[in-house]
Amino acid sequence: MTDHTDHTDHSHLSDTELRVRALESLLADKGLIDPAALDAIVDVYENKVGPRNGARVVARAWVDPDFKQWLLRDGTAAIDSLGYTSTQGADIVVLENTATVHNLTVCTLCSCYPWAVLGLPPAWYKSFPYRSRAVKDPRGVLREFGQDVADDVEVRVWDSTAEVRYLVLPERPQGTAEMTEDALTELVTRNSMIGTDRLAGA
Amino acid sequence: MDGIHDMGGMDGFGPIPIEPDEAVFHAPWQGRMWALNTALGAWGKWNIDAGRYTLEQLDPALYLSSSYYHRWLYRTENILVDHDMVSREELATPPEERMVERQGEPLAVEEILARQRKARSARVDENIPPRFKAGDQIRARNIHPKGHTRIPRYIRGRAGVIDRDHGVFIFPDTNAVFAGNKPQHLYSVKFSAREIWGPEASAVDKVYLDMWDDYLEAEG
Repeated sequence: MTDHTDHTDHSHLSDTELRVRALESLLADKGLIDPAALDAIVDVYENKVGPRNGARVVARAWVDPDFKQWLLRDGTAAIDSLGYTSTQGADIVVLENTATVHNLTVCTLCSCYPWAVLGLPPAWYKSFPYRSRAVKDPRGVLREFGQDVADDVEVRVWDSTAEVRYLVLPERPQGTAEMTEDALTELVTRNSMIGTDRLAGA
Repeated sequence: MDGIHDMGGMDGFGPIPIEPDEAVFHAPWQGRMWALNTALGAWGKWNIDAGRYTLEQLDPALYLSSSYYHRWLYRTENILVDHDMVSREELATPPEERMVERQGEPLAVEEILARQRKARSARVDENIPPRFKAGDQIRARNIHPKGHTRIPRYIRGRAGVIDRDHGVFIFPDTNAVFAGNKPQHLYSVKFSAREIWGPEASAVDKVYLDMWDDYLEAEG
């Protein structure tokens, strides 16, 4: 019954595919799921929900100080106002990076992640190395992502142990004062909203 | 439970597998697995805490040797059996030899996504007084619940400060076993890195956890 595979999913893939296919057909025969609904759900997460949503939230906060204050005070409502209502129904708290504070988010117990604004998490976010080390050695983790954080900058790690989701508001890069909100959106990386990236020039 | 899933602070898992421009799903079966979970969850037979508890009860060796979506596959099979939606015999029978009775009509995708939004809301609209307020000194209780819990091992017994009160939320330890919501205040609690990891840790760094009233005791 067991079906051991490594983390890269390359071994026993066909066994796994058969087992998932058998499960899906059993559930379809029982009338518990409709395969066409599964197609639609996959499409939502592959094509409609993703980190572009979060990037638009960040760019709006960079150009609109009132929106930024609202976002930091009540992230759930401010994000709802842009139409990215949480598919997870979870509250969202937004964490502001500054010259003296860097925020990093993790879920050590499973893989909680703000789906509504970032889509599904990357594999590394769900990996054992990240889940185990982010709380204990955040600066070492950040170095693996190419980010050296100065000793006097406070690193705040947020372990998502409840149904509150965290989104990092990265610093706006310097030299972008003339850019439009749409153009700024293109500068925002997914990892900068998780906290494992800092934007060039910021 | 003091399970293998509670990995905050462990060493030895190696470098972080960073992959540039990775796909949402690395193989079609992963997307099917994801969507199956979403569609099945919409029936409301279990809740998010029960789902996590089932995942945590996988054999530790299997948990460690399985990828994320493999764990979801095993979890889904187990929780379907636990709730009498399928049997072990049905899972073990090849599709061409199977005779199953249709139990009903499946939900449409709009209904699934609407139910998901509703079911996932863990906030409770009840007027329950908080035990703590922002700035209060607390200590994470040294407890080792045998069942599902969201207080990681690495924080038990450590002293911290209430950073903010999130409001009243469902308590996962009881909700996971369908023993009631036990609604109570949930707080963001701030701990210094040195309080948790000792003098080798940065003097300025902090770790924040979301913690329920039942996980906390007043300090001093």
